[in-house]
Amino acid sequence: MNTSSSLVLTADNLSCIREERILFDELDLQFKNGDIWQIAGANGTGKTSLLRILAGLHEPENGNIKYKGTLIGQCNEEYHQDLLYLGHSPGVKAELTVLENLQFNLQLCGQNTDQCVQLLEQVDLYGFSDTLAAHLSAGQHRRIALARLWLTDARIWILDEPFTAIDKQGVKRLEQRVLEHADQGGIVILTTHQDLSLPTSRYQTLTLERVFAL
Amino acid sequence: MNPSLSYRKAFQAILSRDLTIALRHRDDIVNPLLFFIIVITLFAIGVGAMPNVLMTIAPGVIWVAALLSTLLSLERLFKNDYQDGSLEQLLLSPCPVFILVLAKIFAHWLVTSVPLILLAPLLAMMMNLHPDGYWALFLTLLLGTPILSLLGAIGVALTVALKKGGVLLSLLILPLYIPVLILATAAVDAATMNSPYQGHLAIIAALFFASLITAPFAVGAALKVSTN
Amino acid sequence: MWKWLHPYANPEVAYHFTGKLIPWFNIIAALLLVVGMFMGLAYSPADYQQGETVRIFYIHVPAAILSMGLYFSMAIAGFCALVWQLKLAHAAIAAIAPIGAAFTAIALITGAAWGKPMWGTWWIWDARLTSELILLFLYLGVIALGNAFDDKNQGAKAVSVLALVGVVNLPIIHYSVEWWNTLHQGATVTKFAAPSMAMSMYIPFVICFFGFAFLAGSLICKRFQGQVLARNSLRPWVKKMALAEEH
Repeated sequence: MNTSSSLVLTADNLSCIREERILFDELDLQFKNGDIWQIAGANGTGKTSLLRILAGLHEPENGNIKYKGTLIGQCNEEYHQDLLYLGHSPGVKAELTVLENLQFNLQLCGQNTDQCVQLLEQVDLYGFSDTLAAHLSAGQHRRIALARLWLTDARIWILDEPFTAIDKQGVKRLEQRVLEHADQGGIVILTTHQDLSLPTSRYQTLTLERVFAL
Repeated sequence: MNPSLSYRKAFQAILSRDLTIALRHRDDIVNPLLFFIIVITLFAIGVGAMPNVLMTIAPGVIWVAALLSTLLSLERLFKNDYQDGSLEQLLLSPCPVFILVLAKIFAHWLVTSVPLILLAPLLAMMMNLHPDGYWALFLTLLLGTPILSLLGAIGVALTVALKKGGVLLSLLILPLYIPVLILATAAVDAATMNSPYQGHLAIIAALFFASLITAPFAVGAALKVSTN
Repeated sequence: MWKWLHPYANPEVAYHFTGKLIPWFNIIAALLLVVGMFMGLAYSPADYQQGETVRIFYIHVPAAILSMGLYFSMAIAGFCALVWQLKLAHAAIAAIAPIGAAFTAIALITGAAWGKPMWGTWWIWDARLTSELILLFLYLGVIALGNAFDDKNQGAKAVSVLALVGVVNLPIIHYSVEWWNTLHQGATVTKFAAPSMAMSMYIPFVICFFGFAFLAGSLICKRFQGQVLARNSLRPWVKKMALAEEH
């Protein structure tokens, strides 16, 4: 693999202002294949904003994001094919069953829906496939959203607080999956308040500090 | 590139998802219809229910009621998706936003406007509409209500992030509905007077196609602003 | 042209540039309005049909033209804001909207006042008045939407989309209302149309129009400055200016 393709996602000179408060300024980031990045920092330091900017959902005040050297605004379709973003809200429809939710999520990315039941097994939702999501807990909603991680072709994962409301066993399995993905050449960018139990050599941490106005 | 991604499949996936959700929430379909009927009843009571008066105001009243009940049901179009985070997922899907928006609007039209169109003849009868106007009323509703959904979607997309978007939505959208209202009522009026109304229909059809092509872009831009 | 325009896309430069424009606009507007009003209200002949009431024309028509023109300029600013991500265009939209709404209201009120002696009633569903009324709704929608957002930039982008949608619909609304009017009232109400204007009316009208246009320009520049300051309150140059003001 040559060097140019290993620098998959780059952010230049990012700054973000929310509600007249500077969250971060002049941030340069480079994400290479196989990287796991943990974005840390206290509440309100802009972790979620940074992830949303990287996913292209939020526009930075300054700076730009490039995917394989192209601005992400100009290669939407390609970038979205390669991106899996899970935000604060899991995007689960209460009116649909677990299986329907998962199937829809996969269809939207053009993924095959044949293995849905096996996927549910991965996230401990086996046997719930025909239950309406409205009857399940917050943790189980998150699991529905996370189930996609076991099938996706997307190389770049941006996960905002993926461990929220997940039990210990689930966290362990999720970390395993994250590691596996990175080992296969994927990129994982995640925020979490817990410490990752991955080997420290395997991931990098970016800590956002509170910036005060000049 | 993922070979299994096709725009048609994505369109179908969203359409069937939205229809399933709507069918599991039947009161969302029924309530705007009830509203439609009640508004017309109120009009009849308010103006005194004289057959002649009713006959002259029938096209306008039915159309205004249709317009208001569409407005009432519009908010559902993106609000829930915005709140539970699935709107972000839609915007991040590899499929162009144009297709997704079109699928959602089509689903919305199917569950709210189609029952309304089917119910309209009954209300036309209650409003003492001249029998010659029935066919024109049906055709104008069939061509006009998609315009209402398409234009309304722009307003919903703009206000979806706001906590109190409901009243604002009507302020944004109702002025844009005026041309459709004018043309549709004029067509029904013309039909009751036995004069040709194909010209009116042609203009409504033109408006329909124009909004079909342009509105989804505006909706997409508005959704991006709202999720920002 | 882009190279020439580019330095003005800097908020600080734009702030001082509009600051320099304001006094000039004020002087020109004052001169033109004094001359135009004097010519229009005192010197121009009274209409042989409408008598002295025709003089309201010198306020009504410029206001009506400006109300439409300002909506278009707002939409152009919206286009710039969406396509080139110009932050200054956000300020421009927020600056223009209330001024445009005010001119629309002036056109409506003077139109109604004109209608009273002409038609014997304050309000008639005349095509032009109806169009102005709908235009007022569109303006109010833009203002209300802008105010509804906590985040100024997000609000400005939403308003840009709305202004563009509105400007596409404006001609459609205008022509459909005009057509609706002829359909229901017959072509009786053509009093505003003034088919062939005499020179003695035309010149004061043009002077008044430009007077109002410069007045609008000055007001918009003032509002624009305020908007630029509010949107850049974190920048050093704003703080420096605020400190200089204090001493």
